[in-house]
Amino acid sequence: MSEAFHGTDLYQVDGLLSEDERMVRDSVSRWVDERWLPIVRDHYRAGTFPIALSTELGEMGLLGSNLTGYGCPGLSGSTYGLAMMELERGDSGLRSFASVQGSLCMFPIWRYGSEALKEKFLPKMAKGELIGCFGLTEPDHGSDPGGMITKAVKDGSDYVLSGEKLWITNGSVADLAIVWAKVGSNEATSIRGFVVEKGMKGFSAYNVEGKFSLRASVTSGLVFDEVRVPATHLLEGTGGLGSPLSCLNQARYGIAWGAVGAAIACFTCALDYVKERTQFGKPLASFQLVQAKLAEMYTEIVKAQLLSVQLGRLKDAGKVTPVQVSMAKRNNVHMALEVARTCREMLGANGIADEYPVFRHMANLESVYTYEGTHDIHTLILGKHLTGISAFE
Amino acid sequence: MKILVTMKRVTDYERKVKIAPDGSHLITEGMNFVANPFDEIAVEEALRLTKAHGGEVVVFSAGPKDAAQQIRQGLAMGADRGIHLLTDKELDSDAVARLLAKVVDQEKPDLVILGKQATDDDANQAGQLLAGYLGWAQGTFASKHEGLEGPEEKAQKPGLAIEGGKVHVVREVDGGLETIALDMPAVVTTDLRLNHPRFTTLPNIMKAKKKKLDEVTAESLGVDLSPKVKMLRFSEPPARTAGQIVDSVDTLIHKLKNERKVIA
Ligand SMILES: Cc1cc2nc3c(=O)[nH]c(=O)nc-3n(C[C@H](O)[C@H](O)[C@H](O)COP(=O)(O)OP(=O)(O)OC[C@H]3O[C@@H](n4cnc5c(N)ncnc54)[C@H](O)[C@@H]3O)c2cc1C
Repeated sequence: MSEAFHGTDLYQVDGLLSEDERMVRDSVSRWVDERWLPIVRDHYRAGTFPIALSTELGEMGLLGSNLTGYGCPGLSGSTYGLAMMELERGDSGLRSFASVQGSLCMFPIWRYGSEALKEKFLPKMAKGELIGCFGLTEPDHGSDPGGMITKAVKDGSDYVLSGEKLWITNGSVADLAIVWAKVGSNEATSIRGFVVEKGMKGFSAYNVEGKFSLRASVTSGLVFDEVRVPATHLLEGTGGLGSPLSCLNQARYGIAWGAVGAAIACFTCALDYVKERTQFGKPLASFQLVQAKLAEMYTEIVKAQLLSVQLGRLKDAGKVTPVQVSMAKRNNVHMALEVARTCREMLGANGIADEYPVFRHMANLESVYTYEGTHDIHTLILGKHLTGISAFE
Repeated sequence: MKILVTMKRVTDYERKVKIAPDGSHLITEGMNFVANPFDEIAVEEALRLTKAHGGEVVVFSAGPKDAAQQIRQGLAMGADRGIHLLTDKELDSDAVARLLAKVVDQEKPDLVILGKQATDDDANQAGQLLAGYLGWAQGTFASKHEGLEGPEEKAQKPGLAIEGGKVHVVREVDGGLETIALDMPAVVTTDLRLNHPRFTTLPNIMKAKKKKLDEVTAESLGVDLSPKVKMLRFSEPPARTAGQIVDSVDTLIHKLKNERKVIA
């Protein structure tokens, strides 16, 4: 079990947080220690998410935490970030569950949906009674979602959806899906969002099997075989690729914080391990190569935390830009993955067993590195920002 | 029913305490502070009791400005309002008991619930002294008939039973459990197995910011905070020496007899 991490004393990051921010962090931390860590290994082995925890997450205020009204807690961005950090200290799958529900499903309804849709879905989603999934990626369009082929054709007072989505978190356990499809032309400008409910005729989901990563999270494929969706389920404010990207921007913000939590879990585990484990008659911690790794990792974690704290302050001041979020997602997830790999190595053979959380985090972070814009895509976003030249196409 | 509970700001028990080189005091700089875990149990119990019987829960803490944080935590758990006795002085149990006695005079609670001890100084005296000053009955080390895994705990039922003006307390004593009935008003101190405190939810942490928190001073209560207990010196517990692994029971007995001389 990884121990709760109370900020980095060395740089007094704790002192940058307000009283309620610390209280929220500590409360989520305790929840993760008591409710999640005892069960995560079994779920990871079985490849399941403990869906019964959904309502508990809701009660804790961890679903749609930073949204206001409709039964949502209305927390600040920084507080929300700290909560995500603690959740991901538990597992990236746990944080993914909260990110998908809050940032990818509740956010678009809250931001782009009609009053009727908000009333219908948001309060129950905040309580965790209804679970959502977000369908953007397709089998043939990942980094390039603008090329999607899923279509929504207007027919009377309905839209008829056809197409397929893949790699969709929570797909087969969700009560509703936020689905992105093109209405009319093949241009990315015609992308719009729809709320598709479980049970609508022609809508089905299946599980992606054989994952080595993010196993305590459900990943699915969604199939739309001429699904009739009432026009009232169109997210009326959506239009173009910018709409789904605005959701991803919310989620990536949480991931930037979350990755720090995963890194902390690995780091504290490895630190304890090298102090206890003796080789050549001395604790591993007494060897210079080991100390160099610890010093390097610790420094990187502190830097990532400071990046997150400042990102949170910018968000709360309403000044955050997508490029800033890209930088933090890119840096922090990469940092966490490197830390996890180093810690794995430091645990020797124990590093490959699930008695310790390190390999699990390491494997998870491979997904986090890829989803919500791959590491390289964020590199290109920064490159475009710096040069004014897009290297995507 | 009105219940007064305490919430002491203590150093985090998961962190190592640092002692000043001359042993005169503890270094609190850079320490993490938390609510005394026994006090969290007290707040939880008070909330369960008022849920069952109706009433109000008032959280009290004596300490520096930052102790407001621990009161807020009690409010975030669900308590109704807070009283903060603002002081930067080191308080001994007796001073705390005399302060609480004054607060009791003003608030007139039916029950005062405190942690059996605080995890920083482990004094285990404030509750007993308070009952003495007030002339009230006391039930210390309150526990539960069934353990934390039992159905009553899961249903979040109070561990203290209130009936006909009496509070029934199951006490943890050396030989097992003892049940006593106290005339109310009374003082109860909590042991670890009384309950498992709830999680403070994020929405409740936000709501707690709007709850009433009054600041009072020792002067306004007319209490002299000068300590009766003098701290002479702080020192680390002696380091434990490494154990030995012996190859047989005979060697063990031989060593215990002749080297350690603990058996004859
Ligand atoms: C566990 C998991 C859960 C997921 N959950 C969801 C979800 O809930 N909803 C959803 O919509 N999607 C989800 N995804 C999908 C995820 O967002 C995509 O996998 C991601 O966008 C990458 O797309 P791709 O897999 O098709 O890879 P590709 O786009 O094919 O990329 C393959 C590689 O090529 C690189 N690459 C691509 N284009 C360029 C370029 N122009 N220049 C340089 N390099 C390039 C990428 O960086 C990557 O390294 C999930 C994925 C995983 C693994």
